[in-house]
Amino acid sequence: MTPSDPRAVFIEELIAVAPDLEAATIDDNDHLQNELGLDSMDFLRLVSALHKRFDLPIPESDYPRLASPAKAVTYLVEKLAT
Amino acid sequence: MAYEIIAKVAQPEGLLPMAAGWDAARARLDGLPGGGLNVAHEAVDRHVGAGHGAQTAMIWLGREGARRELTYADLAADAARFANVLRSCGIGPGERLFLLAGRVPELYAAVLGALKAGVVVSPLFPAFGPEPVRARMEIGEASVLVTTEAHYRRKVADWRADMPQLKLVLIIGETAPEDCIALGPAMAAAPATFETHPTQAEDMALLHFTSGTTGLPKGVVHVHEAVVAHAETGRLALNLRPGDIYWCTADPGWVTGMSYGIISPLCNRVTMVVDEEEFDLDRWYTILERERVQVWYTAPTAIRMMMRAGDGAAKGRDFSALRFLASVGEPLNAECVIWGQQVFGLPFHDNWWQSETGGIMIGNTAEMDIKPGAMGKPLPGIEAGIVVREGDRVVEQPDGTIGELALRPGWPSMMRAYLGQPERYAKCFAGGWYLTGDLAMRDSDGYYWFVGRADDLIKSSGHLIGPFEVESALIEHTAVAEAAVIGIPDETAGEVVKAFVTLKAGFPADEAMERELRGHARKRLGPAVAPREIVFRDSLPRTRSGKIMRRLLRARELGLPVGDLSTLEGDPK
Repeated sequence: MTPSDPRAVFIEELIAVAPDLEAATIDDNDHLQNELGLDSMDFLRLVSALHKRFDLPIPESDYPRLASPAKAVTYLVEKLAT
Repeated sequence: MAYEIIAKVAQPEGLLPMAAGWDAARARLDGLPGGGLNVAHEAVDRHVGAGHGAQTAMIWLGREGARRELTYADLAADAARFANVLRSCGIGPGERLFLLAGRVPELYAAVLGALKAGVVVSPLFPAFGPEPVRARMEIGEASVLVTTEAHYRRKVADWRADMPQLKLVLIIGETAPEDCIALGPAMAAAPATFETHPTQAEDMALLHFTSGTTGLPKGVVHVHEAVVAHAETGRLALNLRPGDIYWCTADPGWVTGMSYGIISPLCNRVTMVVDEEEFDLDRWYTILERERVQVWYTAPTAIRMMMRAGDGAAKGRDFSALRFLASVGEPLNAECVIWGQQVFGLPFHDNWWQSETGGIMIGNTAEMDIKPGAMGKPLPGIEAGIVVREGDRVVEQPDGTIGELALRPGWPSMMRAYLGQPERYAKCFAGGWYLTGDLAMRDSDGYYWFVGRADDLIKSSGHLIGPFEVESALIEHTAVAEAAVIGIPDETAGEVVKAFVTLKAGFPADEAMERELRGHARKRLGPAVAPREIVFRDSLPRTRSGKIMRRLLRARELGLPVGDLSTLEGDPK
């Protein structure tokens, strides 16, 4: 079973990794590392959580496609459709 | 030690050995024309004076794809402009300048310009939150901060009024908030020449902060004389030669990025690649290939991330320019050394040092066979030993025995003090040794093998984290009664920070609270230092004198023998 709202799930997992963020203040185009302050370990944990939630393999070569919430949601929707 | 030894790679001609020893190394530097020694002069001005001003000193790669080349003459002029800015703002020799910014060209100009003006440089890691920034600037008695507007607003503006000795805040860019000065226009208006302040070899040059198990971070003092070791160890342990294309991936906010990401490569007149962006697999492979990197100095955490992506990502790329790979920050597992051979056709050369040593002390040099997993042998001029402290005595241990790694004091980049803490400094020395706090073992061939820390410090992604600093931030939260912080093994970062917390009565130990506390810690400490995991306990194990037994928590967490529990008060599992 895959979640029906990829954006909501993405934001949920993002905040689980970085609970200093507030959902309301996150802009979809914020860069996860530069603007939202994640470090590379945070990013790996986020990828791992998304992998579990969506039951979707996310190869390292796709990591740049997860650079912001907007990019990540586009990526997830695309992957889930195939 | 189950891995086969990797035989040394034949070195190209022209890399002939030079005279060894610190006197010979010192003689390879210039010194100031009127007497004295200055890091910035040796790193930049000396080369311009010798006719190498047109050589590229730095290839800067911006986050969004910009690429800028700066020559040694450009760097010298920018450093001089920055030194003039400091002087015109009334900042004198010996005052302390702190840096809090990403890897942008202005940061490099600031480091070199400050050193040129005799001003002490103290770099801060840009991922630090406001508390580590403030603590370090207070201990270091900062007069100047160079930062960006975003960092300033998030981490400094709130408490600046409480720190009157902070006279000057320079903001990178064209505009600045109130009470700050925009660096761009100030630099543009400043002259491009500056007579280097006549610093002496023993004048303070750099202040690096390192975490302690108890108490506040320690300010590790390095002097201009350290440049002798920076230059020489880059040559010996990193194989740097004039004209090389060299990429050190460490941020100058940590000691590696300062010693080997700025000073050593410039002293050796290489062309440094500086990437503003954080780790990104494809970007990194592209930089190595496109910029024709010859010498690459990186860290195990990054190597493991690259390994995990599989060899496929590196397929079809041309890494033929690479000549020497090196790694530092934590023990490099044998698998990584061997992976380097598969992907790059070269093994990684691990080396060992710490903030206090200022430069590489033990390493696998190009002239040595590599034992995968070993950190190498002491460099020429360094005498190391494995010792055990017995009261006031220090007893050397035979080969094959685990003990504390110790070094004979006297190399040029040895720390000269912990700022304002002579007793803590004195504790590092005994029986004619500097005691590193790291546990290691020497084999019968003279190779050293890292075992672990002798204290409670946590080593995560190559950086030392003091549990006390993390615990203090947690305890500031109204819900927290007490906290204990340990490192737990992590396959990518080596260790990650885990906290055990007891809550005050009436606060629920639930998931929302766990997030609340992690969020609180991240805001104060930043992601690099804050715990990645927090668990709740009804009580924490303490000694009868009231000290939390982190060691016991860790042993229980990892299923290790718990050791002597005779001082344990009760048994609150």
